[in-house]
Amino acid sequence: MQLWLIPLLPLLGFLINGIFGRRFSKGLINTVAIGSVVFSFAWVLKTIAGMGDLNSSVTEHYFTWIQSGALNIGCDFFVDRLTIVMLLVVTGVGSLIHIYAIGYMAHEGGYYRFFAYLNLFMFFMLMLVLGANYLLLFVGWEGVGLCSYLLIGFYFDKQFATNAGNKAFIVNRIGDFGFALAMFLIFRNFQSLDFATVFHQAPGATEQTLTLIGLLLMVGACGKSAQIPLYVWLPDAMAGPTPVSALIHAATMVTAGVYMTARSWVIYTHAPGAMDVIAIIGVATAFFAATIGLAQNDIKKVFAYSTVSQLGYMFIGVGSGAFGAAIWHLVTHAFFKALLFLGAGSVIHALSGEQDLRNMGGLRTKIKFTCFSMIFAWWAISGIPPAAGFYSKDAILAAAYAHSPAIYWIGVFTAGLTAFYVSRAMFLTFFGEYRGHEHPHESPPVMWVPLVILGVLSLVGGAVFNVPEFLKYVFPAVVEPENHALVMISIAAGAIGILLAAWMYVWQPGMADKLAAAFSAPYKLIYSKYFVDEVYDATVVKPVVGGSRLLLWKGIDAGLIDGIVNGVGGRARDIGSAFRLLQSGNIRSYAAWVLFGGVAVIVVMGIAGGLR
Amino acid sequence: MDVILFLIFAAIAVVCAINVVVQTHPISSALSLVGVMGSLAVLYLLLGAEFIAAAQVIVYAGAIMVLFVFVIMLLNAGAETRKGRSLMVQFLGVPLLIFFLGLAAYFVQRMFPDNTMVRFGGFTCAGMQTGESCGGAETVGRALFTTYLLPFEVTSVLILIAIIGAIVLARKELE
Amino acid sequence: MLQAVPISWFLTLSAVLFSLGVAGFLFRRNIITVFMSIELMLNAVNLSFVTFSYHHKEVAGHLFTFFVMVVAAAEAAVGLAIILTVFKNRATLNIDDVSSMKN
Repeated sequence: MQLWLIPLLPLLGFLINGIFGRRFSKGLINTVAIGSVVFSFAWVLKTIAGMGDLNSSVTEHYFTWIQSGALNIGCDFFVDRLTIVMLLVVTGVGSLIHIYAIGYMAHEGGYYRFFAYLNLFMFFMLMLVLGANYLLLFVGWEGVGLCSYLLIGFYFDKQFATNAGNKAFIVNRIGDFGFALAMFLIFRNFQSLDFATVFHQAPGATEQTLTLIGLLLMVGACGKSAQIPLYVWLPDAMAGPTPVSALIHAATMVTAGVYMTARSWVIYTHAPGAMDVIAIIGVATAFFAATIGLAQNDIKKVFAYSTVSQLGYMFIGVGSGAFGAAIWHLVTHAFFKALLFLGAGSVIHALSGEQDLRNMGGLRTKIKFTCFSMIFAWWAISGIPPAAGFYSKDAILAAAYAHSPAIYWIGVFTAGLTAFYVSRAMFLTFFGEYRGHEHPHESPPVMWVPLVILGVLSLVGGAVFNVPEFLKYVFPAVVEPENHALVMISIAAGAIGILLAAWMYVWQPGMADKLAAAFSAPYKLIYSKYFVDEVYDATVVKPVVGGSRLLLWKGIDAGLIDGIVNGVGGRARDIGSAFRLLQSGNIRSYAAWVLFGGVAVIVVMGIAGGLR
Repeated sequence: MDVILFLIFAAIAVVCAINVVVQTHPISSALSLVGVMGSLAVLYLLLGAEFIAAAQVIVYAGAIMVLFVFVIMLLNAGAETRKGRSLMVQFLGVPLLIFFLGLAAYFVQRMFPDNTMVRFGGFTCAGMQTGESCGGAETVGRALFTTYLLPFEVTSVLILIAIIGAIVLARKELE
Repeated sequence: MLQAVPISWFLTLSAVLFSLGVAGFLFRRNIITVFMSIELMLNAVNLSFVTFSYHHKEVAGHLFTFFVMVVAAAEAAVGLAIILTVFKNRATLNIDDVSSMKN
């Protein structure tokens, strides 16, 4: 089956572009970068075609990576239906975004570096998805974190970009710590990290163990998929170029947490406590992020908080046992969120760098293709049938209702909020009068063709790709009562959100500012993101940095270690200056020392060898 | 008779040696040193080392000490002005020296319990041939030119170096 | 009454002469006297060599003595030349005064 070609081609693209890209022409860089991802996508299709009815999974073992005592980790790739879904999303949407990036990055410096990093990211993401054991997944996990850092800080001469890259990496690291602890526990209990072995033995372990493992895995997922309390890196990650935001922070990397928890469904179905926690974290994040997104003025930040919120929905799905629905939402979210980001990038490109919603408006006549594509994404995210988001979100909400009605109601309310803030963004951008000073121009075809494709997918993707049906051979069955009332309520929530936004921003354009002034305290709270960053800074960052500076730097490093090193040098110097006194220039003292030395040698020889 | 000879010349050697160390004027020290060498030559004869005794008188006393005397006269070295000697050296030095010598003598005595006796003509050795004395020129010469040929040649080079060195060091600077 | 000299007496004499040479080497201030003390030490060692040669009934000891004498001659020649040069430069024969190192 040659599965190794799938991640290897982007890796080759990275190596070629990374090492030689400086001397390549733009065309050659494009060919290498796009070609590797497109060929990878083609190989995925070929693999699927070669797998027959897809009921059996394929495992390929390449070499034994670690063999140490009881620990035996092989470099194995594993493909089943879940993997196929992820592969298609990663390579398919990834290819579209790569093509889009040709246009977006055309005028930026470091062109070859960007595509090299993007290809490296694809390699790691594919490793993550194809890995047949937790350690290989973790390798991909860490690797995508690295690429995220590299790409967020792509404009490395801007302080806020490098800070954002650091923040992303460090917060991710906290999550990775939880993941690592989970892996240790898994190994200790099951003596293996292979999915097959672990999931085979998992039902036999105690519920406490499985709950603990599940919670620790969730900590990792919170870091990577930006859930409370580790979501703070995602909005700042918008400092990177927009294709990065689309690919990494919407479609693929942030969904790695969802994929990982879905893959570990065996552990979670036997640990209901952990699943409850996941659902609560998911719904809290969804609601929380949606409220913050209401008041943001930067178009990319609105969509960033939207991503956090939609990821919360996916975790609600996982927590309610509807793994198939969560993966479905992952797929549809990849379509419409990538489209929203790419469209935002197109708008920003049209306005030569303007990102503030307050300086946009009336662009629907000027950048038609972008506008129409984004309207499809808007349709999808608001959960209005028959666009994609409706099906997946409804599946999740139905499962949530079966699990816990409170989660359902909060979820519905959040759906309304979602519709509201996306509509707000759309109205402020495309409707009304243009409030800025630039000359908007449409993007080149290399940019709007992927937008159109994603638009079509957002529209029909839900109806056409019935993912839970496809995945029902992988996940346990979920009995979903067909409750039409629930469906109607969620559609209504979405419609109310859109209408409210239309009223406040199109029909009564001063309304928003009046409301903001009237409710100024809550508005300020939301606008400042609930001061979460400031709280983290005061409680965690400053004590750690201060303690590190005082204790570790001044105390141990400068004091102890430098003290020892310098002390050794100082003592050597002291001994040397003591010996210096021997060289007095006085010949008789030299003679005396010669004699002394001779006598000492004889005495030593006498003691050692006897007076022979 | 051998014992009496030994005692006399050993005493002369020790007295002259003390004189070398104690005298202020270098010329007196040099002459005392000649005395030491002469008495040592007699002791060599007692030990059957005829060749060495002759070499001692000719080379050591006759050439090296003459060189010393020449240099002393050339430099017009005068008597050493005596700076104050510390009390410690005066009162502790000599007794200490005598004590250590006693110690050395005791150890030496212990090392040679089989008291080999030295007498005139008592020296026999392995490479001896009939009719010749062991410490005589023939035996020494034979050993020198067969077993110890290489050191002999090397010492000739050494002497050459010394001559060159002495000439270079002591000549007048060329203006 | 002893008929012959015990060999240990020769060694004792050698030790006495050697230590006298050391004493002169350490305590005298005139360079030439120091040099002569060195010669005294060499003579004491020569006596020791010949004594052991008698004891082991080998002629090799005599040859060592011979080489010591040769080296002493060479050393005396060069050493006295050095003393001449030092005297030319420093105009003193006092070894305490030829040092130009600051303390």
